[in-house]
Amino acid sequence: MIEPNRQGEVWVFAEQEDGTLHDVALELCGKARELADRLEVAVGVMLPGAGVGHLCARLFAQGADKVYLVDHPRLAHFQTLPYARVLCTLIEKHRPQILMYGATPLGRDLAPRVASQIRAGMTADCTDLEIGDVPDPRTKTVREKLLLQIRPAFGGNIIATIVNFDHWPQMATVREGVMPLKPAADGRTGEVIREEIEIDETLLAIKLIERHVEPRKVNLKGARVIVAGGGGVGSRENFRLIHELAGAIGGAVGASRAAVDGGYVGKEHQVGQTGTTVRPALYIACGISGAVQHRAGMEESAKIIAVNTDREAPIFSVAHYGIVGDLNKVIPMMVKALKERR
Amino acid sequence: MPYDSIVCVKQVPDTANVTAEAMKDDGTVNRAALPTIFNPEDLHALETALELKDRYGGTVTALSMGPPKAADVLRDCLYRGADRAILITDRRAAASDTLATSYILAQAIRTIGRFDFVFCGRQAIDGDTAQVGPQCAEKLGVPQITYLEQLVEVSDGWVRARRNVGNGWEIVEGRLPLLLTVISTANKPRPPAAKRVMRFKRARVEAELVAAVQRELPQAAEEDRQAEIRRRADALEQVGLLIEQWDLDAIGADLCRCGIAGSPTKVFRVQAIVLTKEGYTEVPPSEQGVRQLIHELVVDRTLG
Repeated sequence: MIEPNRQGEVWVFAEQEDGTLHDVALELCGKARELADRLEVAVGVMLPGAGVGHLCARLFAQGADKVYLVDHPRLAHFQTLPYARVLCTLIEKHRPQILMYGATPLGRDLAPRVASQIRAGMTADCTDLEIGDVPDPRTKTVREKLLLQIRPAFGGNIIATIVNFDHWPQMATVREGVMPLKPAADGRTGEVIREEIEIDETLLAIKLIERHVEPRKVNLKGARVIVAGGGGVGSRENFRLIHELAGAIGGAVGASRAAVDGGYVGKEHQVGQTGTTVRPALYIACGISGAVQHRAGMEESAKIIAVNTDREAPIFSVAHYGIVGDLNKVIPMMVKALKERR
Repeated sequence: MPYDSIVCVKQVPDTANVTAEAMKDDGTVNRAALPTIFNPEDLHALETALELKDRYGGTVTALSMGPPKAADVLRDCLYRGADRAILITDRRAAASDTLATSYILAQAIRTIGRFDFVFCGRQAIDGDTAQVGPQCAEKLGVPQITYLEQLVEVSDGWVRARRNVGNGWEIVEGRLPLLLTVISTANKPRPPAAKRVMRFKRARVEAELVAAVQRELPQAAEEDRQAEIRRRADALEQVGLLIEQWDLDAIGADLCRCGIAGSPTKVFRVQAIVLTKEGYTEVPPSEQGVRQLIHELVVDRTLG
């Protein structure tokens, strides 16, 4: 167990694959910068990998003051145990006060393993992180400048703020896209700290045999317009309406968890807390009731149109335009109106 | 070669179907009023273990932690083919976060003893954290394979497994014992078998017997009630229908690492989701209305 260290830095785990940084790591650098400025400490980034030293410049440009670089051939491909060893060693040595991970499949594999080993608290899929003072009911004192870890819970029916009084570092995972990517400050520099960490044979218990990854086919984060369908669409066949409207308007196809779970469309289309967080110029939500997890992933869209038969659906609370009606009738009308303009 | 598997299962509130009846006047959710279900991904974990047993022999032990009512999911495991079921129930374990929960589960698994596989669902729908599996693996000191899609090959104490990595998959290999977390694309869980339902529907944990006796004999002396509970428990045990119930002492747990004391994360604030009606422009669902809307979006340059 690691005692609180008030002077500790704010850290980010930099996920990279084959020498390319994951977007979420860059997004988290920006958030770390903000939190570190509030706490008046430095931003540190842990960068394990093989031949990844060239990535430091990008991390500095996104807000890092220091990069803890662990370059080792045995870290070329992610494996839980060697990576956990690296992180635990660095954490115990430098005692950061905050540590953020991307809530990617890799981050969600690694972070809890680390948390268990150092017996630290850990909050998954935070939608916001702030610094605040919190009364401690046990000691009847106010604990200053703790990390407020904010996330929907209980199926999205509540928003919980989680804190960690004394099992530090305060750790959280954040989904990709939740924190906006700050503009890069090219030429900004920092300190590279090379760390030698031994990775013995026993840590290589799981061997990688074969790996097959595809570049992302669906680019929700970069889309200017998103047409999204939910459970109200009713079936995979009927989801073609969403594709048609997206085609007519020149937008990407999004979906709520209900539509993905229903098999209407692939998981890569999912918008929301456990999918992608998006901020397009226009978001059209069709047959989406608007559970808080979904809204958390789209409510910062510049314009939102909601189409739903239920006037009481929560989606209308974030909408700029609401159409209370049947999407089966409204979508063809929209497609027609768009075609007329050509 | 037969393999012994332990499957961690959880009873969860059906958070996807929160109805008006489950909302309290202050807008918060009344957990007690929600129906409970078998955590969906845990069913896939169970199926993975049962398929292994069908193919290679061995045993499947279902393990759960929760209130006495969580015996429901253990009965369900027995209906589907589990050989043994164990419930960890103890008031001192209440309010455990993922770290404390994984400690308790790991202690229980140590108490069970030898295993080749531990299977967990990737995550539970009430928290969606996906933390308990990897934390439990760490506590047991075994490697983990998360996001399991398929056991490609199992032979002679070695496993080759395909795991989902978000934008693709990878095949990894490791030596048993291992902990694996399973996702829903891994398989199609078998339904309860009618014969096994008939056989195990009377299976109970002791805490359920206690509640039943208190309900049925409210006037009886404490001594008599205890005797009645004992009698019923013995009768069930003789026919193999007493589901094992363990408390924290039975698994040798350090109480400092359980419940509130063992949970580093604390809930500071909970806000019910209260929808604020900020007001939106209502567009009539007519050709005219839709055309006007598209026009406005073009005028304000939302549509290029």
